[in-house]
Amino acid sequence: MIETKSLPTQYASQPGPVQTSSGKTLRTDEMIINMGPQHPSTHGVLRLEIVVEGEIIIDVIPHIGYLHRCFEKHAEHMTNYQQVIPYCDRLDYCAAINDEHSYVLAVERMLKIELPERVEYIRVVMAELQRIASHLIAVGTFGIDAGAFTPFLYAFHDRELILDLFEMTCGARLLYNYFWIGGLSHDIPPQFVDKAKQFCTYFRPRIKEFNDLLTYNEIFVKRTANVGVLPKDVALNYACSGPMLRGSGINWDLRRDDPYSVYHKLQWEPQIGKGEMGTVGDVWDRHIVRMREMEVSLSIIEQALAALPEGNVQAAIPKRIRPDAGEVYARTETPRGELGFYVISDGSGTPFRVKARAPAFVNLSVLPAISRGCMIADLVLIAGSVDIVLGQVDR
Amino acid sequence: MTAEEILNSLKAKFGDAIVEAKLDAPQPWIVVNPSRTKEIAFFLRDDPATRFDYMMCLSGVDYNNGKLGIVYHLFSMVHRHKIVLKAFCTKEQPHIQSVTSVWATANWHEREAFDMYGIVIDEHPDLRRILLPYDWEGHPLRKDYQVPEFYNGMKVPY
Repeated sequence: MIETKSLPTQYASQPGPVQTSSGKTLRTDEMIINMGPQHPSTHGVLRLEIVVEGEIIIDVIPHIGYLHRCFEKHAEHMTNYQQVIPYCDRLDYCAAINDEHSYVLAVERMLKIELPERVEYIRVVMAELQRIASHLIAVGTFGIDAGAFTPFLYAFHDRELILDLFEMTCGARLLYNYFWIGGLSHDIPPQFVDKAKQFCTYFRPRIKEFNDLLTYNEIFVKRTANVGVLPKDVALNYACSGPMLRGSGINWDLRRDDPYSVYHKLQWEPQIGKGEMGTVGDVWDRHIVRMREMEVSLSIIEQALAALPEGNVQAAIPKRIRPDAGEVYARTETPRGELGFYVISDGSGTPFRVKARAPAFVNLSVLPAISRGCMIADLVLIAGSVDIVLGQVDR
Repeated sequence: MTAEEILNSLKAKFGDAIVEAKLDAPQPWIVVNPSRTKEIAFFLRDDPATRFDYMMCLSGVDYNNGKLGIVYHLFSMVHRHKIVLKAFCTKEQPHIQSVTSVWATANWHEREAFDMYGIVIDEHPDLRRILLPYDWEGHPLRKDYQVPEFYNGMKVPY
């Protein structure tokens, strides 16, 4: 089961026999260490079985499933299509809006309904606000992984302001059930647009402050540059997506390349890793992609708020949703990458099959490939840079 | 390439391994022989005209008529086209060939299909359960699945 791959050469120490000063050879051995399931750096209940020789990792075997909640089985046993939406919230609890977006998009494509334009714009605003909130968790906890506690407090303070905006809109702060099939559960309140614009003005300088505090901090750069390098071809072969893929220098963003909602009407560019501090695709690149994506999201929010049309927030849909027998795979760009829902309908009122293609699940599967040959201390950073949410990995 | 061109090139290369196809669906799909998925996948990935280098999704399905299947959603970053492959097997002979050697991402997806549907993935490098405990009995996403009363002495329905 355990397969030893050739080690990269950038490390000074290689596993193997150790010579003492008197010329004797010390016996060395592989050792298996368990990291998790309850470990602060695994960001949830994930167990990593690490095979090490000295401090160098020979192999990592992730054991997942501790948080398995039978999402797909539940989805087949609901009484209608709408009831699946709250369960989608709970997949990626750090970015619930984006999960809902993907699922309702799949069902709407099956029903072939047109949405009022106002719905699409509000959806874009909400999805981008949620992306910032999710990236703030990602970079904040990533700072903790690297030993910097203060940025985490900055990040959570700003995330709080976004959650206030959501609370104002739909009453919930974490799991919203806000996107409904054919529209939204509520229109935005009258003061929302001003508050969201205020947030954008407030938050832009904060990104720079955060960058000064963490991203360009010399200790942080030394810990993250040239670590956990994910080459382009490996990233594609493992079907990585989101900041993992863009961090490796692949200019790919579903919002632009497989357009949905109204992203194609707005002006923005995907951010990619360029290897500024080390190699393209290292841990630092994935971090800076997230930081820059927050700025992009701010600009998308501002454009969408400026163009927000008046109108209805619910399309005319039948009371009982019965898509024709058939199947659809719809994907959206969530903060973690490509979240796809493969929905099969047999013509009845409940889905026949719902498969969630979770980006965290797929991105985590590349972890063994990129951490072989690293130090144990680096594994914490590599796992942090993948930005997993175990609710989505285990579904 | 359109789905029809992909189907024609597959038919020219593999003949009877291509079982059926539905090209008028919103997302056209092609059914292939479950014991030849690997060579078909290699062809689709490496042929310069198709270049399906990105596997979006791999899902197990129970069609509730004694038939199980795996659905492959493929995408090409080079040509920006999509195709859906399907491979069917029966509940009595649940065997489908692995494509992990073609797309490494299939590794965990195939383990999940094995875990949830009991589809035995032939030639898979590491076929273990992935989401459920290793000593779990049965495959829960099958339509005829009965929830066991006890798991290691613990009552399951509460």
